[in-house]
Amino acid sequence: MTLSPSFGNNPDLDSWLQFHRDGRITVYSGKVELGQKLTTALTVIVAEELDVDPGRITVLTADTDTSPNEGYTAGSNSLESSGIGLRQASAKARRALMEKASEHLEEPVENLFVTDGQIEVSTTKKYVTYWDLIGDKHFKITITDDVLPKSPDQYHLIGNPVPAVGLEALVTGTMTYVHDMEFPDMAHARVIRPPSYHAQIQDLNDTEVLTMPGVIEVIRDGSFLSVVCEREEQATWAASKLAGETVWDESKELNSKDIFDQLKNNPRQSLPVVKGVAKESLVQSFRLPENSSKTISASYQRPYHMHGSIGPSAAIALYDAQVLKVWTHSQGVFPLRLALADVLALAEDKIRVVHVPGAGCYGHNGADDVALDAALTARAVPGRPIMLKWERADEHAWEPFGSAMQMELKASLDDKGHVIFWNHETYSDTHMSRPSVHRENSRLLAAWHLQTPRPAPPVKPSLGYHTGIHRNADPIYDFPDRRVVKHLVQDLPLRVSALRSLGAYANVFAIESFMDELAHAIGTDPLEFRLAHLSDKRARAVLEAATTKANMGFISNDDRQGRGIAVSRYKNSKCYAAVVIDLIVDDYGAIQLVQAVIAADAGQIVDPDGLRNQLEGGLIQSASWTLKEQVNFDEKGIVSLDWESYPILTFAEVPKIETILIDHQDCPFLGSGEATQGPTAAAIGNAIFDSVGLRLRRIPFTQERVRDAAAKV
Amino acid sequence: MPKVSLNVNGNVHHLEVDEKTPLIYVLRNDLGLKGTKLGCGLEQCGACKVIVDGKAEFSCNTPVVSFERSSITTIEGIGTPEKLHVIQQAFVTECAGQCGYCIPGIIVATKALLDVNPNPDDEMICEALSDNLCRCGTHGQILKAVKRASKEMSL
Repeated sequence: MTLSPSFGNNPDLDSWLQFHRDGRITVYSGKVELGQKLTTALTVIVAEELDVDPGRITVLTADTDTSPNEGYTAGSNSLESSGIGLRQASAKARRALMEKASEHLEEPVENLFVTDGQIEVSTTKKYVTYWDLIGDKHFKITITDDVLPKSPDQYHLIGNPVPAVGLEALVTGTMTYVHDMEFPDMAHARVIRPPSYHAQIQDLNDTEVLTMPGVIEVIRDGSFLSVVCEREEQATWAASKLAGETVWDESKELNSKDIFDQLKNNPRQSLPVVKGVAKESLVQSFRLPENSSKTISASYQRPYHMHGSIGPSAAIALYDAQVLKVWTHSQGVFPLRLALADVLALAEDKIRVVHVPGAGCYGHNGADDVALDAALTARAVPGRPIMLKWERADEHAWEPFGSAMQMELKASLDDKGHVIFWNHETYSDTHMSRPSVHRENSRLLAAWHLQTPRPAPPVKPSLGYHTGIHRNADPIYDFPDRRVVKHLVQDLPLRVSALRSLGAYANVFAIESFMDELAHAIGTDPLEFRLAHLSDKRARAVLEAATTKANMGFISNDDRQGRGIAVSRYKNSKCYAAVVIDLIVDDYGAIQLVQAVIAADAGQIVDPDGLRNQLEGGLIQSASWTLKEQVNFDEKGIVSLDWESYPILTFAEVPKIETILIDHQDCPFLGSGEATQGPTAAAIGNAIFDSVGLRLRRIPFTQERVRDAAAKV
Repeated sequence: MPKVSLNVNGNVHHLEVDEKTPLIYVLRNDLGLKGTKLGCGLEQCGACKVIVDGKAEFSCNTPVVSFERSSITTIEGIGTPEKLHVIQQAFVTECAGQCGYCIPGIIVATKALLDVNPNPDDEMICEALSDNLCRCGTHGQILKAVKRASKEMSL
């Protein structure tokens, strides 16, 4: 058995589990709840392994003072690290408790069984409980790999629907988000951002603002500007007044030329990708195979997309007696602490960072940035907790976007219609700009604007397995000869970082659109064409399950209705997902999604409702990106500043969704939260082609784009 | 500062606040009703919806003083964790919530709809939720929950 990577930093059992005398169990995880129902899944895993009622378990949120350091909650890794970690910790705890019970009851372990934490002797009914044995005490043992967790045939909880943790609080408005916290003497703050990325304060007149009711302090450090007030509405009024009374030097503009021209023409670093891993070696040129009977090429494009959290980022900071405490919805309390210590020149042990839920983030949004805003503000008003919230326009303009991408594909087929050569090149900016320690640089936004600015560090290509730009660039098909290249393009205009699925969304969009194009080019059915190149049984199974289900469903007589399919395996190593989309393109070029089918294989299913929510939520979000979304900007800055200028999918626009879950209780669980992003985009494009014979290769597929494509035919 | 009187969830409050203050800040910060969420401040996303005299309305932008003669119901006035309203129970049953930030506004809009029309069709539900945004993509579960609630309320 391999131990979870999370134990590297935290091998003590007591850093994961604590049993209390009153029968409760506290679980410490370094991962955080983001609405993905991680808390529910971890609760089920621990309850299963210990044989206790899930109601006894509380999963504590990440806190640099109390939690194991598990880095970021990202990359669909949480169940595979924290989940496995807690399973192994629970198995170790259970074994230790059984041994203690055996001694206490003077019976061999084999004669003991556990019901809801009560360890009984099967013959004599003598018993002792977990809480008697270890309640409020420490195990003082290290987690080792000598204890095997339960085998799946012993499960009674895992894989069955369980009530999600905290839903009652969520539907009654009683769940506490960081935005909802209250402290005695708390003050409210807002930040006044420059009108564009590179603008600097030339002149500031805060005399009038300082006389406004409730204004406590105007904080300025270089071009970082915030205002603290007694009441929240006062902070919004003071901030808009200050914005009007600040003169900005806006001479340095954004390069607002077509982003796809920039992607192709800016300086870049190119690396070959072999078996999903980028190599620091020269990119080899290629020659088409001599026996190719047909070679086809196509380019696909994806614009900048927003995370678009419904709740603008917020944080609370308290600076008192040289100690900083921050409450945040960041995905990584430990890395954020490092980054804050770096910018604020504070020792790490003088900062405590506590996770509190925020609105869904879907990757690296403004959560970390607003924490620095709050910290800088709180330092100027020591002793008072400062609640700093971004406004909607702050979030839209300043969050790090999902990178624009261009994918260029080429394939050669032999005379039997088999792909014998495949070439995939992706041009993009980085997809990973999470904060860390960068000395004279910083990835936290406010650091760029300080009197002594710390601009963003230079971007380096990530080399790992399916990271960033080359995530899912290597297709899952059995092509005998393939060449995959990532191009990390420099000097691109907008701030970017991790958005749900990173490069996988657009790489899979390109691969699965191109597979469809190849199938049509040789007059083959797109499903048959895929299956002819796909030996991975689990990938075939999801593809077949989804298409079979779709065929059984509603068949339309509307000849404008089209169907598209697509499949992928996230990072070629996580959840398998196939998506079928049925849609109508009307006479005016407007697209209406009718129905969608998902078939997914996430290995061992822990919480089927949570899994379904992640897959279907991913499909809807991806459909929204694909049909409607694009961050617009000009030389002065971002112009997509609200939900009208950056529309997202609404209730009337979502399709009916059917989801088939293929359960493998004997397999490891596979991260699923990002699995449907890519296939959904391609299935939509393929369905549009099936409907009206137009191949759309540039996202978003707006009505205007459909009309333009039709006009070119 | 002038006094403003507000009837919220059946209780009348007399508050000393600037009458220009958008309603949401008074609900959240003066009355401690944090279930109403601030999403955009622009009346575009629906996270801040409350029921005003039977109709779902945005609370993020309109000054508190204009609600003085109205009866306001917030998410807290609909049900509690111990005593869920039928609509809230339906949302729990259908697992209709991921991050949950948009959910109070959506339940408020649903309540206003079902109070007037207990048996809405899909189109009416989508119309009632047309200015409620959800970014997690929980739409399918939410629509199922609204229909479940409608069925149970009309039994």
